[in-house]
This record gives sequence, C-alpha cells and structure tokens, in this order.
Amino acid sequence: MTTEHAAAAPPATTGGAAPRPDSGKAEGPSPQERKRIERRSRWYRWDLKFSPYAFISPFFLFFAAFGLFPLLYTGWAALHQASMVNPNEMEWVGFDNFSRLWNDEFFWNALRNTFTIGIISTVPQLLMALGLAHVLNYRMRGSMAFRVAMLTPYATSVAAATLVFAMLYGRDYGMINWALDLVGIDPVNWEAGTWTSQFAISTIVIWRWTGYNTLIYLAAMQAVPNDLYESASLDGASRWQQFRHVTIPALRPTILFTVVVSTIGATQLFGEPYLLAGSENGGAQSQYQTLGLYMYETGWFNLHLGRAAAIAWTMFLLLIVIGLLYWVLTRLVGKSNGEEA
Amino acid sequence: MRDRARTTHRPLRRSARVLALGAAATLATGLLAGCGSDDGDGGGDGDVEISIGVFGQFGFEEAGLYEEYEELNPGVTITQDSITENGDYIAQLRTRLAQNSGLMDIQAIEVGNIAEMTGDLNARWVDFSEHEGVDTEHFLPWKLDQATTEDGRVIGLGTDIGPTGICYRTDYFEEAGLPTDREEVSALFADWESYLEVGEEFAANGPEDVAYLDGAGGMFNAVVNAYEERYYSADGEVNYQDSASVQTAWDLSVQAAEAGLTDQQQQFSDEWNTAFANGAFATVASCPAWMLGYIQSEAGDNGAGVWDVAQSPAPSNWGGSFIGVPEAGDNKEEAVKLAAWLTAPEQQAKLFTERGSFPSSAAAHELPEVLEATHEYFQDAPIGEIFTQASAEIPTTVIGPQDQVIQENITNGLVALEQQGLSSDDAWSGVVSQLDNALAE
Repeated sequence: MTTEHAAAAPPATTGGAAPRPDSGKAEGPSPQERKRIERRSRWYRWDLKFSPYAFISPFFLFFAAFGLFPLLYTGWAALHQASMVNPNEMEWVGFDNFSRLWNDEFFWNALRNTFTIGIISTVPQLLMALGLAHVLNYRMRGSMAFRVAMLTPYATSVAAATLVFAMLYGRDYGMINWALDLVGIDPVNWEAGTWTSQFAISTIVIWRWTGYNTLIYLAAMQAVPNDLYESASLDGASRWQQFRHVTIPALRPTILFTVVVSTIGATQLFGEPYLLAGSENGGAQSQYQTLGLYMYETGWFNLHLGRAAAIAWTMFLLLIVIGLLYWVLTRLVGKSNGEEA
Repeated sequence: MRDRARTTHRPLRRSARVLALGAAATLATGLLAGCGSDDGDGGGDGDVEISIGVFGQFGFEEAGLYEEYEELNPGVTITQDSITENGDYIAQLRTRLAQNSGLMDIQAIEVGNIAEMTGDLNARWVDFSEHEGVDTEHFLPWKLDQATTEDGRVIGLGTDIGPTGICYRTDYFEEAGLPTDREEVSALFADWESYLEVGEEFAANGPEDVAYLDGAGGMFNAVVNAYEERYYSADGEVNYQDSASVQTAWDLSVQAAEAGLTDQQQQFSDEWNTAFANGAFATVASCPAWMLGYIQSEAGDNGAGVWDVAQSPAPSNWGGSFIGVPEAGDNKEEAVKLAAWLTAPEQQAKLFTERGSFPSSAAAHELPEVLEATHEYFQDAPIGEIFTQASAEIPTTVIGPQDQVIQENITNGLVALEQQGLSSDDAWSGVVSQLDNALAE
C-alpha cells in the first residue's frame, strides 16, 4: 500500500512544488530539495492517515444530521411536556413521560399487540422461508424464475400491498369473505375482531417478507459444503435427517440474523396496521394498535410531542434489550456448538 | 462456524480519491445550503411573486383564479405549493409557524385546525380587520367568528363551507312506500326523532338487504354538529362528558344502531365507498354540499338518477377552509390583497360553479350562479337554494383545538358498539378512557 503512494504524484494543490531548474547539480538533495521531500512525505502521511476518514465522512455527516440528531432530540423532547402545535415551547418534566407509560393501559395494549402480531407473523414466516429455501436448493428447472418470484412481494410497497389486502379482508365486499361464503362459512368481520385483525396483518407481513428470508437462507445453504451431505448420505441419513443434522446447524448464524432482523421489523411494525383501516387508533378498541402506531397517534393526532418521544425511546430501549438477549443467546449457542464439534 | 467477512485492501487511484473527496464536500455543502432560508427576491420593478400553500385539490388553481388575478394585476406572479393530505400539510405548517420560516405568503387552513391558529398561534397571522382594503362583512357571521380571535383579530378569510342536507335514494324510498319528492321528504324529516321513525318504517317495508343509513357515526355527526356547544363549553373548556348535544347525539345514534337501521359503515373507509356503488343504504344523514360530488364519484353510473337531497331538520356545517397570511411573509400587503380577492363573492361563486365548493360569503349566495344552481346527478335538485337556506340556519359553533380527536374517539366508540357488540355504557366508558389518555397533557 505504501509503495504505491510513494509512486504517486504529489497532490496538485501543493504550490511551489515545481522542480527548480537552477539547482541542477544533483549531488545529494539540496536543503530546498530536502524540504520538498519532507513536505511531500508529510503530505503522504496525512493523506494516509486522514483520507479514510474523509471518505467515510459522508455517511457519518448524514447519520449525524438524520440519525443521531433526531435520536438525541427525541430523547430531549421525551423529558419535556411539549405540544406538536408549538414544539418550541417545552416544559421540563423529567422522567414523567416514561413513568406514566407504566400505568398507561393503551401502551400495554400496544405492546401486547406488537408482541402477538410479531410472533404470529415472524414464526410462520421464518419456518416457511426455511422450507422454501430447502426446496429451492434442489436442482430444478427454472430455479431462477422461482427465486425472482420469491422476491417480488418484497419489492412492492407496503402501502400498495396493504391496500390490496385490506380489500381482500373487507367485511361486506372482500374477496375472502366471498370465498368463505361459497363454502358456506359466515362472513368474518376481520378488522373488528382482535385475533382476526391481527391475523390479517400478519398475513401481509408474511407475504411480504417470506421471500426475502428464503433467499437469505438459500444463499447460506449453497455455502454448505457438498461433501457434508455426501458423507451423511453414505452414513445412511435420509433427506429429512440431512436437513436436520447438516443444513440447520450450518444455517444457525443465518437463522439468528434473520430472527434479529425480523424482531426489529416486528417491533417497528407501522404501515400494515396503519393502512388496514387507514386510521391511527388501530381499530375501534385499539385491537391491533402497535407501538409504532400508538406513538404516531400520541404525537401526530393527539399532538403530545413529549409523550410520543418517550414512547419512541422506550421502543428503542426495548430493541436494545432484545438485542442484548440475542447476543447472550448467540454466545450460548456458539459455546454449545463448540462443545459439539 | 462463524465466518468472518474478508476485507480487501485495495488502494484507490489518487484521482478517484480526489473525486470522492470532492463529492463528499459537495454533498456536505448542499446539505448545509438546504438549511438556509430561500430568500425570495420580492420587490424589484413592481414585480411580485406571491406563493400560496394549500392541501389537496384546493380549487383556486383548477378554477383559473390565479390566471385571472395575474391578468388583472400585471407584474404579479402566483405560485402554488400543494400537499395532498391535510394531515401532512398541517404538520408542516405547524413546524414552519413554530420556526417562523419557510412559510408561504398565503397559507390555507382547514376548519379542523382553525382553533389552534386562533388560539396560541394567532400572533403569527396577519389581522385582516386592520387592513382597510379587506371587506369582512360579506362572510356568513359564523364563518367569520370561527377565524376571529378572542380579542377580535381576524386571522383567516373563509373560502368554502359545508352546509348539510340529507341525501336519500328515491328508488328505495319508493319501494318502501315512502314519498320521494324532496319537499315531502324534507317535511317528513321534521326532527331527528322523526328521521329515525321513517327509518323504522323503511326497515319494515323497504328492500330486504338495504340499510336505512350508512352508520351510527354518520348519525352522530349529523346531530351533534347542529349545536352551539359540542365538545367544548363557551369558555373553552373540554366538556364533552356533560354536553347535552353529545348526549342527545349519542343516544340517537345508539337507537339507530340497536334498531338495526345502519349498515355499520365507517365513513370514508373503502367499504363505505364500495357500499355507495352497491347501493347498500338509502340515506346519508349528514350530507354537506361537497359530499354530492363524493357520492357521484363513488356511486357512479349505478347511482345516477336515484339520489336526491332533502333539507336537514337541523343543518350544520361540515368542513370548509380559510386562507391566512403569516406575519413572517415577505409580501404581506400584496398577499392580503390577493387573499381578499380570492375570497370575494364573485370568486367564491366561480369556485362553486367550477369546483362545487359552496361559498362562505353570504353575498355570494345572492348571485344567480349560486342561487339558481342545480345538480344534474341529484335529479336536478336546486342545491343553491337548499344549501343557501341551510347555511343561514347554521349556528356559531364553539370550536376547540381537540375537536377532531374527541369526535373521532366518540365515533370509534360507536363502531365498537355496532361492530364489536359492546353495550352503550361499555362503549361510552371506552370512549372516556381513550379520551382521558388522549387529552391528558
């Protein structure tokens, strides 16, 4: 790396670096020449030392403006009573906004909904993705087409997908109720029921994210050395046994990754419940209001900026706790893995 | 099992580095420049640029009013910035008012947000009553009151209003053996109790799978909006729990729901829209002037020649907007002039003819193009006459900053009652606990 640099021309900005024609004796470097070399090498040192930082600075500048500052400002706002109507007038209330959440039935309701929707959307989604990836991993005709097809739901917008699903789940004119009616089942008021509405939302999530996870699993499966399967089959392992004892252990880090990503996604779930009926309350009795939706309602509809900020920070802290849990889990899994090997 | 990502170190060519650095610097400068205020170069040789911020399809531009003004006033250029949803628009307007920067010369204000503007934020707006060129006398008194602060500052000029009638389907009424003529139907709806009595009759004799009205929420809004005090008392305190109007409206809505007269629809939901196309209900209890266009577009050909509009027993106002001039603007004088012109009777009448926005100016109601207007889709109903008469009966309603929150939570309670089978008491206590949480500071 360094040799390349020494070979490079000096940066154009250094003035006075032009060779002096009258110092032409060339018996060792003259004092000016030495100065020049020194300056040049200093410039290279700096270049080497600081340019990497300059190159990554755009990300950090943007992150500071659109990530870090909002994060800190939200934290600051969470300690104040502030209205969205006039966010400049803030009144210090300490941790009141956080402590009141403890007694806030709607916060607990939203947390519970986020949790249940998270479970019923993430678990089937990842299991299905694993199975599909396994199937796609076999040699077959048109596998590329299948893989692309798997990813199309991921490429659609949440809004478009949710609006279509909302129409499917419509009470009076929805296609699903129409199909149920054909087989003699009474129409279901999907949006009004607690479980039915949460089921509807999780189908949207599952539909959108299964393909994405499938491809991640598929990529990981293709990295599993073939001889493992060969030796397993020599030992008389069936396909299912191969899947259980070769594929799954090899995929463990990938599975953990998808679980973490899905958990973060589930905690922040917003678009699907918001657009199911197009209102921020998440059903007449908040039966499918998630944390993200509750934060939105508090901030943008009820106009309590400080309280909404506190909910946002609670969600953030919740994710950190979950992250730590997973980290501990990885360590444990890693250890037990090490013992097995 | 854990595999580490391999990192490759490949030195970039110097020129590429310089390029990257330059790009980073450009981005950073662009970012900083974006934060600066964009100073309009108003003034000059009598050339003025007036900017207007609106939401949705506000109608000024669509009706050609800007062009007309520019022709009348050479040197004036009008630019409009529109945000589709009022929710997004008002959030941006609030932020800009708080920072006192980035504001347009004229900003539209929806009636649901007017109370917060006449309240804490009123000093941010120009007082129209101080400007001699502005005539505020021609507006309906209640419309003017809505935009007037406690100390008499007029911070907004009314554009349109939403006086209500009752929309009904003549074909279903005929099947049920009820009169279909709009005069007779209006007479039938002497008060809200008789409106529901007609409903009982309709349920007994009318077509099987057609409900009498869309939903309990629609019934609630129709009743409650005709009172002077709804959710706030006259002194500006939240009072929905002891409000006679809320009580009456709730009881009537519960009565309608429990008698099975409703189609259990939530207004403005997709299902509600589809229900229009399918003709699932026979009446809309609160049918403001702008709703006619809405019904026409949702019901389409299926509803042509079957909808009509009758007088409401207690007309109220639903919706409508104002335009105001922020104090922080560059061209306040010119903006005030334009705002007054845009809301003058003639322009309001034009907006009505072109766009169907019902005028908020009493003087505009006298103009023949308003007074004699009929609606073809609604069997040539004399809507000018009907809604002019309705707007004269509308009381000055106390508007509070959280009206929308309270109203939405109450209608949600009615949805819980209709769709989730809650009793009236349970639904109401649900509303109260939601609102205790929503309204707490």
